Amino acid sequence: MNHLLRSHAPITETAWSRLDEEGHERLVPALAVRKLVDFSGPKGWQYSATNLGRVSQIKAPGENLQARQRRVLPLAELRAPFAISREELLDADRGASDLDLAALDGAARRIAVAENIAVFHGWADAGIVGITEATTNDSISLGNDFSAYPGHVAKAVEVLLGDGVSGPYGLALGPSEYTGVVETTEHGGLVVFDHLRQILGGPIVWAPGVEGAVVLSLRGGDFLFESGEDLCLGYSHHGAESVHLYLEESFSFRVTTPEAAVALTSGGV
Amino acid sequence: MANSAGLHEPEDKLTPEVIDRHRAFVSLEEELEAIDWYDQRVAATRDPELAAVLAHNRDEEKEHAAMILEWLRRHDPVLDRNLRTYLFTSAPVTEIEAEAEAAGGGEPAGDGPEGSFAIGALKGESL
Repeated sequence: MNHLLRSHAPITETAWSRLDEEGHERLVPALAVRKLVDFSGPKGWQYSATNLGRVSQIKAPGENLQARQRRVLPLAELRAPFAISREELLDADRGASDLDLAALDGAARRIAVAENIAVFHGWADAGIVGITEATTNDSISLGNDFSAYPGHVAKAVEVLLGDGVSGPYGLALGPSEYTGVVETTEHGGLVVFDHLRQILGGPIVWAPGVEGAVVLSLRGGDFLFESGEDLCLGYSHHGAESVHLYLEESFSFRVTTPEAAVALTSGGV
Repeated sequence: MANSAGLHEPEDKLTPEVIDRHRAFVSLEEELEAIDWYDQRVAATRDPELAAVLAHNRDEEKEHAAMILEWLRRHDPVLDRNLRTYLFTSAPVTEIEAEAEAAGGGEPAGDGPEGSFAIGALKGESL
């Protein structure tokens, strides 16, 4: 048994399987970060900090000595608690195919959105500087005309090329921007989504939690997500009516090439 | 046909990323095959001047193979993870796997510890 304490839960193997399947199914579509940045790990629950390869000068404890202290980025833990009805879990063992796992679905969405926000827009309390905070490129206003998006994205790619940042490039789109893109055709019938793919050479990713959009290079080495414990499902406690569970992960994130992304801001013209 | 030669699934069911990786995999196969052929010819010929030319050409192919492998590494996170685990090490290769697993790292999706969704990297995927 590991720290997730799953064997202490009043949950059968069959019900755990249903929960695991549901969680995986709900998490993957929303985990935009992992589709666009470098992912390393998982390095395990005990892994606590990312080596930054840097030092800080500190006062030495004696005369004629030099002292430095290694700098690290501690991993942050994210946990999304939820509760499932024990009756519902018993029905899973009876073979029910319409289980009410809305609480798990909600937790999956919360933790995936939090991961996206931390990486794209930052998480100050965890010492994480987001991609849109770190970038040294000016942001580009998207406006409200989705048919104009190819022009904006082409401009962003041009900025990256001008910085010497090669492709392929990926595009993270906030939910409303994503919907607008897939529903819109340009003058002449070309679907905006297909046009954007041609410009980018990489994926267009639905990114809940992202405000506006972000164009970034996928060449590697620019955006580093380090996973300690990958997303997992653990047990907290239970009562007569429900079992309290949680989704959890630990990670750090850092930007090593601030000029390798361009933020596209929504609204306005 | 040229860009899809050797595809094992209908082209319209494959993403541009998969087709590009296929191009790279096929290119890598061709480069490695050429190295093997040149290697054998170098060993077989009795003409030392020809052997030198063939050896030169063989080693050029090694550079090509390394370049295409690097492109693949940049576009395949799991390959990247495994290359980082195994390449440029000195321990017995079979022991490296055991060490990587003991450290809890480098495992591809679907093979994580109990309770983990083992999602890992999804780079290059859309939606």
